[in-house]
Amino acid sequence: MSFQTFTFYAFATILVFAALRVITTRNPVHAALWLVLSFFTAAGIWLLLQAEFLAIALVLVYVGAVMVLFLFVVMMLDVNFGSMRQHFRSYLPAAAAVGILVFFEMALVILGSAVGPVAGAPAAPAGSNTQALGVLLYVDYVYPFEIAAVVLLVAIVAAIALTHRKRREMKHQDASAQIRARASERVRLVRMPSEKPPV
Amino acid sequence: MPLPGAPTLAHYLMLGSILFAISMAGIFLNRRNVIIMLMAIELMLLAVNMNFIAFSRYLGDMAGQVFVFFILTVAAAESAIGLAILVLLFRNAGSIDVEKLGSLRG
Repeated sequence: MSFQTFTFYAFATILVFAALRVITTRNPVHAALWLVLSFFTAAGIWLLLQAEFLAIALVLVYVGAVMVLFLFVVMMLDVNFGSMRQHFRSYLPAAAAVGILVFFEMALVILGSAVGPVAGAPAAPAGSNTQALGVLLYVDYVYPFEIAAVVLLVAIVAAIALTHRKRREMKHQDASAQIRARASERVRLVRMPSEKPPV
Repeated sequence: MPLPGAPTLAHYLMLGSILFAISMAGIFLNRRNVIIMLMAIELMLLAVNMNFIAFSRYLGDMAGQVFVFFILTVAAAESAIGLAILVLLFRNAGSIDVEKLGSLRG
């Protein structure tokens, strides 16, 4: 058994186990940590497939950012997770049936003739994976790349706009009201007779 | 095609389909917990990405990896907005139980 074969089976076993723990664990914090493990292991398998840039990006973006976001949210919400587990067993048969059915359907397609001819991998292209990906991304896929940037911007704006809470007790300026103000609303000229100075 | 042995394209595709089936079962299993449902969706995207990368490797076409790049981008945006909605939901409804969200209709 070559090193690559051993690594593949070891990582695949860890990945499937971690994924099973994500969906069955009781505590959402533990689920997030198991998900971190599964992302890490998937990054290892992607390294086996010679997708180095994406493996590093998966660790940086998912383990470093998205999963931290998940952990923050789970810890911020004070949810009674115990009550959510009451119907866990009643959902189990349907979930197992759907999962097994989906798996067997896909296995039927995969192990059939669909992917038979492409058994051996072609030689990896020379040069670095990052460079090849970058050339493709900045030459052939420039417009999708820009659209992805816009999607990220929209996500930032939407996430902040959704969760931003205006605090009532804080005093803040209303710029548009200040600009709309006219002199007549602010200054009132009163005409009155002048008084004699006291003697 | 005998599966044990040196990994081929079918091995990676089978791994992807196992992951996809697990995460689909997870969505059914955690019908009450939106956080775990979001995590299951992330796992599902991971399975799809694994298929993309396996095909990219075995067909010698780098475009698959570009698509994985875009999927990662969109998935990050999706989870950020999903978690924001989750926080808002918890703040307004006091619960993240899907069964109690009937008040959202019309």
